[in-house]
Amino acid sequence: MGIKMETKNLSIYYKNYKALNSVSLPIKENAVTALIGPSGCGKTTFLRSLNRMIEVIEGARIEGNVLLDGKNIYDPEVDPVELRKKVGMVFQKPNPFPMSIFDNVAYGPRIHGVKKKPLLEEIVEKSLKAAALWDEVKDRLYESALGLSGGQQQRLVIARVLAVEPQVILMDEPASALDPISTAKLEDLIEQLKEKYTIVIVTHNMQQAARISDYTAFFLNGELVEYDETRIIFTTPKEKRTEDYITGRFG
Amino acid sequence: MGTKEVIITVESIKPKFFEKLIQNILKLTAGTTILVLFLIFFFLLKEGYGIFSYVSLRDFILGTQWLPETTPPKFGALPLIKGSLYVTVGATLIAVPIGISVAVFLAEAAPPMLREVLKAVIELLAGIPSVVYGFLGLTILAPFIKELFNLSSALCAFTASIVLALMSLPTIVSISEDVLTTVPKEYREASLALGATKWETTLKIVIPAARTGLIAAAMLGIGRAIGETMAVLMVAGNAVMLPHSFFDPVRTITANIAAEMGETVHGGLHYQALFGLGIVLFVITFIINFLTNILAADKLGMKRGRYL
Repeated sequence: MGIKMETKNLSIYYKNYKALNSVSLPIKENAVTALIGPSGCGKTTFLRSLNRMIEVIEGARIEGNVLLDGKNIYDPEVDPVELRKKVGMVFQKPNPFPMSIFDNVAYGPRIHGVKKKPLLEEIVEKSLKAAALWDEVKDRLYESALGLSGGQQQRLVIARVLAVEPQVILMDEPASALDPISTAKLEDLIEQLKEKYTIVIVTHNMQQAARISDYTAFFLNGELVEYDETRIIFTTPKEKRTEDYITGRFG
Repeated sequence: MGTKEVIITVESIKPKFFEKLIQNILKLTAGTTILVLFLIFFFLLKEGYGIFSYVSLRDFILGTQWLPETTPPKFGALPLIKGSLYVTVGATLIAVPIGISVAVFLAEAAPPMLREVLKAVIELLAGIPSVVYGFLGLTILAPFIKELFNLSSALCAFTASIVLALMSLPTIVSISEDVLTTVPKEYREASLALGATKWETTLKIVIPAARTGLIAAAMLGIGRAIGETMAVLMVAGNAVMLPHSFFDPVRTITANIAAEMGETVHGGLHYQALFGLGIVLFVITFIINFLTNILAADKLGMKRGRYL
């Protein structure tokens, strides 16, 4: 499998606090990479650096390189707006816009210049189907997205990301606000999505990481402790700290 | 059934007396506010309804001559009503776009330091007494406008609109800014992460999400403009005649009540006519509030309010 993204000696500071210390990590194409580790270990910071959403946070500073298809995304010539079309993001809390289901999904295509209604309708249907939400909402596309359940909202947000046709999808604890049934649906969806997309997911839930990911990276105190295939991390980790964490001895 | 039992248990644990006391105090204060509002309206009606046995309601509202001192006196309030509408509409057209633009700049674009300083200054402007605004309008703005448009006198609806707009700006800016900053950052982040620019995010996500609050801010500003008396009395020209353009001198309802109240006999016809004007003003304000509610109501029935 090819390498879609890669970080090289990536360090991130919030003002003077070093949140991430020289992380070098490959992200394999068409695979799910899980980032695990206790709260405050830098997983979310790392995730946000992959589509430059880290720059939205005041006082954040980046050192090192992040490559997408071999090109550094922090190069001054790279437009973050263009980058974020290729690297989409799903947040921890479902955050649909306060508009109709249709408008939520059509938002991305619209700002990128798609105006024709039939084309928009096609994109919306395709995206909602890909996010396994179409059957549940096809009769209420023009109703408020805020009327959906939490799990539906999260799948809507994924549909919204898919509508922009990204290559990589970043997910920041997408299931942490969901009930077990919605979580199961979301995990099934992630399984399907990896055929077409490269997925990076932050999770607090070790079983979830073991279930859905192909590769796992374990972070601790801003450092990458260990990275390997998921089955190796969860069966025969090389590092003692990894073993302690996945067996629940701390965190 | 299960729920019912739970409620009873919870209730019995609570210190009931204290809960009831708080509830009753709140009921009392809320009730008083509504009662006072009704009393004001009844007082207005009681003092003013007599005028409508002298002139019909239709002639009072549509009559073009307001001559309280002639015999017989004439009470046609249209020049005053039109005066108020001209000045208020003018002030709204100036203040709302500028006020919301300033608020958007403060909330979305200004660096934090500049925002804090500007906000403090703008809120300070709200504390300046209206007579000072009137004075500045009279001595600085009016001569300038006279030059600019080559008018014989600049004391007109246009000048009054500008002064009122300046007066209502602090209210509009300060409330709009508050409303914009309470739009959840999750919306902004979602939009940016989809590849929208900051400007697209502001225009298509933040402002629509804050719409209800922005309308409320505008209405509070307009409320200040329509009720303002002293400043318009000084700069609007004060002529009781039917205006035909924004550059005609006008007298507003409020200015007229303030100017003439001192000359009336308590309970006399003129006195009743002025209270009649008060009723008209009350109804206009009521209509504006009503329209605001319709405007602010969401087409899709979304509970945007929850998020603001």
